[in-house]
Amino acid sequence: MLYKTLKKEALRSVAEALLAECEGVGPRRVSTDRHGKPVYQFLPVQRFDEIELSYDTTEYSAKTYFLPFRERLSTYRFKDGDWDQEIRYRAEPRALIGLHACDIHALLKLDKVFAKDWYPSPYYLSRRRNTFILGIDHDPCEGAFCRSLGTDTVTHGFDLFLTDIGEKYFVAVGSDRGLSLIDRFGAQPITDEDSHCYVAERKRIAALMENGLNLNNLPNLLDIEFKSPIWEKWGAKCLSCGTCAMVCPTCYCHGVHERISMDFQEGAKIRQLHACTLVDFAVVAGGHNFRPTPESRLKYRYYHQHRGFVEQHEEPKCVGCNRCGRACLAGITPVDVIRELQEEVGP
Amino acid sequence: MNRLLLPYEVAQEAEMAEPLDFNRRSRLMNTHRVFKAEISSITQLTEMEKLFHIRILEAAERQRFTFQPGQFVMVEVPGYGEVPISISGSASNRGFIELCIRRAGTVTSVLHRAKTGARVGLRGPFGTSFPMAMMRDHHVLLIAGGLGLAPLRSAILHVTENRSDFRNVHILYGTKSPGQLLFDYQYEQWRRVDGVDLSIIVEEGGNGWTGEVGLVTKLLDRIPIEPDRTYAIVCGPPVMFKFVCNRLGGMGIPMRRMFISLERRMHCGMGKCCRCNIGSTFTCKDGPVFDYWTAINLKEAI
Repeated sequence: MLYKTLKKEALRSVAEALLAECEGVGPRRVSTDRHGKPVYQFLPVQRFDEIELSYDTTEYSAKTYFLPFRERLSTYRFKDGDWDQEIRYRAEPRALIGLHACDIHALLKLDKVFAKDWYPSPYYLSRRRNTFILGIDHDPCEGAFCRSLGTDTVTHGFDLFLTDIGEKYFVAVGSDRGLSLIDRFGAQPITDEDSHCYVAERKRIAALMENGLNLNNLPNLLDIEFKSPIWEKWGAKCLSCGTCAMVCPTCYCHGVHERISMDFQEGAKIRQLHACTLVDFAVVAGGHNFRPTPESRLKYRYYHQHRGFVEQHEEPKCVGCNRCGRACLAGITPVDVIRELQEEVGP
Repeated sequence: MNRLLLPYEVAQEAEMAEPLDFNRRSRLMNTHRVFKAEISSITQLTEMEKLFHIRILEAAERQRFTFQPGQFVMVEVPGYGEVPISISGSASNRGFIELCIRRAGTVTSVLHRAKTGARVGLRGPFGTSFPMAMMRDHHVLLIAGGLGLAPLRSAILHVTENRSDFRNVHILYGTKSPGQLLFDYQYEQWRRVDGVDLSIIVEEGGNGWTGEVGLVTKLLDRIPIEPDRTYAIVCGPPVMFKFVCNRLGGMGIPMRRMFISLERRMHCGMGKCCRCNIGSTFTCKDGPVFDYWTAINLKEAI
């Protein structure tokens, strides 16, 4: 990895250079929650001043710019009892400014599924490769347990990643286009003092982290506790609304359906985000539901996050951002569920 | 005592038979591009099931389309949707693809209304297959219940076409009632293949049924088994697997030599949508064919 430093005031120029070239997306304050705290979302931005780089977290993650809630996979044009298929991949460049380490880890996990596994998705890859990612370090946000999952720091998956070291940003450079960009605005080679400052800053942030969970041996525990009564307890609370999966930066489960235009000239195949906690997730033709109860679906979500994904990709799918815990209307948080599961088998 | 440690030959995996091509490092492709195909023939099998012959229109694509018994395709009716259907035909047939489809949901109902000549999209083949190569020189038990004959038929056709590759071949098939028997016009043909034993049983006889009545496990009673040299394929409703496979296990057949085919709703066929997930496994890419040991380790599988 190449590291450089950038004067703080140069960040504006860097961001504006990106915004001048392509669509920009960044954290914007959109509302205030019931506790009076600001609510942020990743939204399109026109100017650098719209971006709130000091945000703690966003309600929704940035996955929507890679796996949109709804995406057209192909278009069919009907003619004389026949049809033609048309497929387009989004190739317009976009810059995502202000992503935190956990959200970059989320993209790395999605990469494992959509770029590095069997049948890489051209839809996903096209968006991923056309997105410039400028990440930034931050103080821990409330309720997050990213440190337990090792997602509080990041070493790849971005173009530039900034850490505030006082007068300057310590910049990890992840791509040639990232390097060209900061070099235009006076980036400097790092000095020994810069490195010391960076390490000190990372130590300061790490000390603030609540190391919320010990995930040791969790995959085995999930298997052993598959029939544990705690699932009934949490399942009884679960409203099966699917919010957890919608706000999750890595939940990618989806459905595919088709639509016909009003004039019957065109059909569209559409991929739409689904949630394993929604009641019809595992319904098959004929009406049988493989997961008919809220607890079976809630359990499945934890199972996929911390057991299934581990088996497939050697790491949990969860990045510890706690967006699901914050958004859950029934107050179900991953920290509570996993702790209780661990207590179930003894201290 | 049965041998516990049986040698496993990697060279027998289907992929190893593919021609060498070191250029195929990246498999990035148009994953949702379909082969345009037409329904070239429709046969009514029962009240609920029809057999469709699907012919890929472009000759080059048709030639390139190959599959192994047990695999499935995604069949798309543009504007209506896409469904996973296991292939019922012979893998040696390059002219058309045979799909036995039960009328169950939106897309299959549209297909049941379709006439010959209708154009559908096809993606695939997807999924794992029955290990026909590994089964060579062994006794073979092919067991189906109900619609399970649809995927099993391609294994049956493989065995009958390559009869000399296998030792004793027993086909056991059971349904609820005689009216639900699929491919009944072909039993005679299969029976006449030298050394193929076909037994049929129904749960509820009646209507002049003169054959056997009972569950498919009953047919196992009279079949002599040499457990060290036998492979079994079991296709049918989930409830059947436990009964049949435990029975076969009791006879001494190792769990890794029994293969079952699982069904789930699939929206992509490529391990992306997670709709067919069982525990940590994707039915579409790690299945639909699983050996029994793998299957019993899948949470909620059977």
